[in-house]
Amino acid sequence: MRNFRKFLACAGLALALTSTSAVASRAEVVLKRGNGAEPESLDPAISTGVPESFIQMDIFEGLVHPGPDGTLRPGVAESWEMSDDGLTYTFKLRPDAVWSDGTPLTAKDFVYSWARMVDPTTASNYAFILWPITNAERITKGEVPKDQIGAVAVDDHMLKVTLRSPTPYFLQMLMHHSAYPVPQTAIEKFGREWTRPGNIVSNGAYTIQEWVPQGHIKAVKNPRYRDAADVQIDTVFYYPVEEYGTELKQFRAGELHTTYDVPQELIPSLEKDMAGQFRNSPYFGTYYYGINVTREPFKSDTKLRHALAMAIDRDILVKQITKGGEIPAYGWVPPGVPGYQQQQVAWAKTDQKTRVADAKKILAEAGYDKGNPLKVELLYNTNDNHKKIAIAIAGMWKQFLGVETTLRNEEWKVYLESRNKKQFQVMRAAWIGDYVDPYSFLELLRGDIGEQNPAGYANPDFDATADKATRETDAAARFGLLGEAEKMVLTDMPIIPIYFYSQQHMVSDKLKGWQDNLMDWHPTRYLRLE
Amino acid sequence: MLSYAVRRLFGAIPTLLVILTITFFLVRLAPGGPFDGERTLPAEIERNLAAVYHLNEPLPMQYLRYLGQVVQGDFGPSFKYKDFSVTQLIWSGFPVSLQLGGTAMLLAVVIGTALGAFSALRQNSGLDHAVMGTAMVGIAVPNFVVAPLLTLVLGVHLGWLPTGGWGTWSQMLLPVVALALPQIAYIARMTRASMIETLRSNFIRTARAKGLPERVTILRHALKGALLPVVSYLGPATAAVITGSVVIEQIFGIPGIGRYFVQGALNRDYTLVMGVVIFYGVLIILFNLIVDLAYGLLDPRVRYD
Repeated sequence: MRNFRKFLACAGLALALTSTSAVASRAEVVLKRGNGAEPESLDPAISTGVPESFIQMDIFEGLVHPGPDGTLRPGVAESWEMSDDGLTYTFKLRPDAVWSDGTPLTAKDFVYSWARMVDPTTASNYAFILWPITNAERITKGEVPKDQIGAVAVDDHMLKVTLRSPTPYFLQMLMHHSAYPVPQTAIEKFGREWTRPGNIVSNGAYTIQEWVPQGHIKAVKNPRYRDAADVQIDTVFYYPVEEYGTELKQFRAGELHTTYDVPQELIPSLEKDMAGQFRNSPYFGTYYYGINVTREPFKSDTKLRHALAMAIDRDILVKQITKGGEIPAYGWVPPGVPGYQQQQVAWAKTDQKTRVADAKKILAEAGYDKGNPLKVELLYNTNDNHKKIAIAIAGMWKQFLGVETTLRNEEWKVYLESRNKKQFQVMRAAWIGDYVDPYSFLELLRGDIGEQNPAGYANPDFDATADKATRETDAAARFGLLGEAEKMVLTDMPIIPIYFYSQQHMVSDKLKGWQDNLMDWHPTRYLRLE
Repeated sequence: MLSYAVRRLFGAIPTLLVILTITFFLVRLAPGGPFDGERTLPAEIERNLAAVYHLNEPLPMQYLRYLGQVVQGDFGPSFKYKDFSVTQLIWSGFPVSLQLGGTAMLLAVVIGTALGAFSALRQNSGLDHAVMGTAMVGIAVPNFVVAPLLTLVLGVHLGWLPTGGWGTWSQMLLPVVALALPQIAYIARMTRASMIETLRSNFIRTARAKGLPERVTILRHALKGALLPVVSYLGPATAAVITGSVVIEQIFGIPGIGRYFVQGALNRDYTLVMGVVIFYGVLIILFNLIVDLAYGLLDPRVRYD
């Protein structure tokens, strides 16, 4: 017995020695990310913002998941098949998929998670993301019980999803956080607090270890993650630094490896002084002015809308006002959708001088002159950048067309209410696509989408073409139809495209594997710190 | 004294009720709601959200429901930070704000009164003007100028101190200094003014006439009397400083509760705004009581009957 104890002690010592040497051979790799804002929630069904989605991308994994370049890769599903009519998807799940607590992750987990997502009692803002699934919308509306959702676990590793109509961007949408699997046991046990450290069970490369509201969130590597061996960074800190100036200082002092954004006014100097670490690339978003087409004078006069659009010198705007590498926009859908032919307004090919001359003619034909100038009220939400742009554009309208613009700024929530109630004439707005597909932009201008339609635009031809595209299963033909729909928008001009967004980050030169991409997705598992 | 304190605390209940009622209806008067965003929600989703947060009920009903919760010490779930209740958010942030604000206030009182007394004793000398001039600058230059300057010089260029974050002593230093500076200035100016007045009063003349050493006259008699206005300033000021400063918290990335006052209102996070306002109200009432009790210790003329 005594010998056995001795043996145990020796074995224990040996184990301790080997494990300490193993630890010593590779120090903990810690990544510190500036993450914009305090997450409103880490529950994929509840959160709506970008900062949350960056954390969720690390701690959860959907059926499909973004790679280092933001493009779609297999996630929990190792393969899938689409039926010929585009209405049924069958996913084959990895047999070794597990939750961070070691329980197997099965097709039932997805059925549960998606039903919960669209359940009216969950009250998810993003429930509509899953509405292409059969019955999902009716569940949210309370018309059918949630077990009627068109997702069935054929067996533990086979998930069959039926759609109400072919949805060619369905896989893209599955990368959205709304489609992540969530842990039923933890949710039923802890209720609203299931996302807390200690309670949370997740299936991504990391798990949450600490959460100090407004302080930081600490995530550590999940040893049970399928690719854990390839994950180099052991610990990630996400800091909710809202002040971009503060964030930049922390970066320069070496306290952050990446920033969420940079102060707009410093972009030119960062380009010069910190070129190696300053990243600037196109982003899937459009900055635009919406015209209220339910009210005169813009209701009946399409040309007048064009005149305002033509008089804006976008080159001056992006080079001298915004200065952030934005791209002047002459279309609605940002560039970068693979296979989609970008559309432009007819006058995009002419030069600015011609545009101004033509715009002047339009105004004169409509009966506006010095004694009777066109009066426009421009609404924007209180923000320095929006203000600068509004002043510049009002100046261009005045100088080139003699238009008298009144600026009206409102605090964010007040502005949203004015906008939804269509209490404006022209207003600034922006749209960031939820998935890389033109429909993510075009959907917004459907006549039947309600308040969300920023201009009150309702064109039956546009809606019909969009519908036709929704039913089209051939990708090229579908993009053709969507292109036609975009062309209609650019002819009717309910929105004035101004520029396509760019995104800026500071990325430490010690951090490798950061690939700029259109959706700005950079899962930590693909990054390496040297 | 105890019965006085108890009476005062009971008297605070109607005050708090008024604060709660006014805030409740005021936040709801503001246009827009907690769930408005860039993406307008489909009507049915909006209905579901309203139902979950009881926003579909008539306003008086919501008010009574909220009142019932508060009486039980429950401020409800935050509308914006949905994984936390308002109580949890306050208890997570308040210790940080208290530590930061408390240290800053302590520093301000010690340095402020010392500088004020120092100046008062050398009234209209060069040193007096120098100290008071500096104090004036301290009051005039706002936090959002001082704080970034401090971090830029000491944090980025010299690299002596971290530019932000919370948890270590070195991380505390800059925000405490930035928060204390204007307070030091206020307190110094206030101490100086009241000290000068006290020095001219009869009881100081008496103290000097009976031959007390100058040091005793100043420290035991003059300073004690001169501190009265400072103490009454300290009550509400401490309540304000320990409930956090949105500016300092944003600039240094500190997880306190100061930002909830502003963010809560901007986000129309009804419950969070209500929670921090009521919490602040309680603190102000508490500190004013402490001030009144401290008066009894400092001023022999004050009695609690």
